[in-house]
Amino acid sequence: MTESEAVLQACGIYKSYQKDSLEVPVLRGVDLEVATGQITAMVGRSGSGKSTLMHLLATLDSPDSGEIRFRGRRIDNASRAERDAYRNRDIGVIFQFYHLLPELSAVENVLAPMMIGKSTWEYFVTRKQARLRAEAMLDRVGLLHRATHKPRELSGGEMQRTAIARSLMNSPSLLLADEPTGNLDAETGQDILKLLRGLNQDDGLTILMITHDDSIAAGADSIQRMRNGITQGNRPRRIA
Amino acid sequence: MYRWLLCFRYLRTRYIALASIVSVMLGVATLIVVNSVMAGFAAEMHDRLHGLASDILIECHTSGGMPDPDARLKEIREVLGDRVEGASVSVHVPAMLGIEFNGQLITRHVNLVGIDPRTYDTVSQFGQFLLHPDNQSQVTFDLRDEGYAVGREHFPQSGWGYRRQKAQYERLLDEERRRVDTALRQARARAGVVAPTEPADDAEQGPSMAFGVSSDLFSPGDADGPQAFDASRDQFPGIVLGIATCSSRLRDDAGEIRDHYYCRPGDDVRMMFPNAADNPKVVNQKFTVIDLYESGMSEYDSTFAFVRLDQLQEFRGMIDPASGTRSVTTVQLKLVPGADLNEARDALRRRFPPDVYAYNIQTWRDMQGPLLAAVRLETTILNILLFLIIAVAGFGILATFFMIVVEKTRDIGTLKALGASGTGVMSIFLSYGVLLGIVGSGVGTIGGLLFVRHINSIAAVIEKITGQEVFDPTVYYFNSIPTIIDPLTICWVVAGSIAIATTASVLPALRAARMNPVQALRFE
Repeated sequence: MTESEAVLQACGIYKSYQKDSLEVPVLRGVDLEVATGQITAMVGRSGSGKSTLMHLLATLDSPDSGEIRFRGRRIDNASRAERDAYRNRDIGVIFQFYHLLPELSAVENVLAPMMIGKSTWEYFVTRKQARLRAEAMLDRVGLLHRATHKPRELSGGEMQRTAIARSLMNSPSLLLADEPTGNLDAETGQDILKLLRGLNQDDGLTILMITHDDSIAAGADSIQRMRNGITQGNRPRRIA
Repeated sequence: MYRWLLCFRYLRTRYIALASIVSVMLGVATLIVVNSVMAGFAAEMHDRLHGLASDILIECHTSGGMPDPDARLKEIREVLGDRVEGASVSVHVPAMLGIEFNGQLITRHVNLVGIDPRTYDTVSQFGQFLLHPDNQSQVTFDLRDEGYAVGREHFPQSGWGYRRQKAQYERLLDEERRRVDTALRQARARAGVVAPTEPADDAEQGPSMAFGVSSDLFSPGDADGPQAFDASRDQFPGIVLGIATCSSRLRDDAGEIRDHYYCRPGDDVRMMFPNAADNPKVVNQKFTVIDLYESGMSEYDSTFAFVRLDQLQEFRGMIDPASGTRSVTTVQLKLVPGADLNEARDALRRRFPPDVYAYNIQTWRDMQGPLLAAVRLETTILNILLFLIIAVAGFGILATFFMIVVEKTRDIGTLKALGASGTGVMSIFLSYGVLLGIVGSGVGTIGGLLFVRHINSIAAVIEKITGQEVFDPTVYYFNSIPTIIDPLTICWVVAGSIAIATTASVLPALRAARMNPVQALRFE
């Protein structure tokens, strides 16, 4: 595991939103590197553009300027299909509000990325292995006994664990975590952090954690800070 | 896979969407019921119309008719070749029917038809609509002893037995009247009052209806002259009356359908019709009703009266005294099954061009064209209206789906964050729409088919509850509601409604596909 090897690089990200006729800049020059095998924390206050950055990194949105590279390959301007595949296979995402599908049970939620990634037929053929893997993932986060429960029957911590299991389903090389403990009490939050750290240490999972909480970021291998849409050390710049 | 899983889950958990497909279901069920009933009705009518009318009808409009029908038939066979399966000639003449009922005269306008009993059944259904079972197989135009309308309730006693009783009763009545008259006259003579001269009681001629019938017009059964006619032994020429010409169908106080007959087999009726001369005179002839004709088509039942062709030709003077050839007014043809009627008609029209011959050549469809077209039009309009109902249901689905898409905004964002493509998300909602359409039209089809199957018992239940007759046999002459289930129609209806449900879900599905995942995820 070499530290210099960055799995994800963002460089000079600029993003603004149009509100009425007013341009509201959210990110004004963000540089970021996520080193393989590490936990990287991006710390910033609420409204500093953390979530926007996260969406850009997950290619749910595209930057106005700047580049995002995954394993050296540019993904911010890749085709729709490539970006869908990137989100499905290369990264896992967990959110502050878990975002589980309420109609599906925990194990089905964990299965969702695999179902999405495969055609109906492919999935049908491999459904047994998929199920086993989903159960293994749930076991990994300690929730196997609640596999058939619907999200509304789970506690916040359990939902976040399910979301983590889901994000691991397709063995991503990077986990993007957006305020993973933001909605949990301190103790449960610590459990989640412990789980993430375990995943990093045991399985070598690279994690980018976005948070406003310095105490959470403290456990990370490297910390990057962001204020008013720019990563520290960078100057704000304007795009013509 | 996830799309199927999700749309099945949505189907099971979103009851609002199920509510929105109830209208699809009802529309489909109604369409199936309406189409089945209309098809049954049309088929029944088709059958009846076609059964009653021959395939091709050649009418001659001149009063004398077409002379030498055998030669004409030969020409027709030459034109049509071996497509002719059967042919029959007949004489149609407008006539007035007079029925004596309780001492009064009921008159009716009828279409008097002289038929050849041997060949008429080969071109159209006739015998099977008669009431006497023996006449159904072979009509003889002679009064039968009894046994009319087997199994029909409330049918009055008919036949020779009834005729004899009636004749005896009338003779007694006559004697009694004569006795009273004589007594009256004697009493008046004693009192010195001069009695008014009474017109001769002439039951045969009827009250004030003397048109000067020459005695040679009476049938052979009446050969000894009117004086020797004994109603208890003799009959006039036989006539078959359409049942509605001499009866009325009413509902009694108990709500039951009852037929009231002004005359029945065994009674004598009077017919007045023009003879075939260039200077037409009215022929006034008595006939004995030997049977009644009930086809179920009120148009036929209320206007037709059938007599023997040769007798009618005699009465109307349609026999050439020199050569002895007889004229007819109508030639009816039956073609082999599957023959192109229109083409045959056109061939005949070319052979007998209308500017030379006063012939009207029609197929049975031409004759019943307006009626058939009306039924078709009705079916079409009903179909359009009912499909509009399903279209309205489609808008219901559209609105519901938009709501569901809004409700599912976060899930859509999540799915996209997990790598689902826009098309994938769209297909969730499209398959949801298709599934709703399938479920709605499936349940609707089952419901509709069940309804059609039990439509008569349903009608009976509705009758019992509301006291209103749903399907009034006095109007329709069908005793039960006829239905035909056409699988093709059902396929079309189901396909149409699934298409509508799918179309209605396209817009919401597109909206879901285009939804910005960032916006979707931001909602909390």
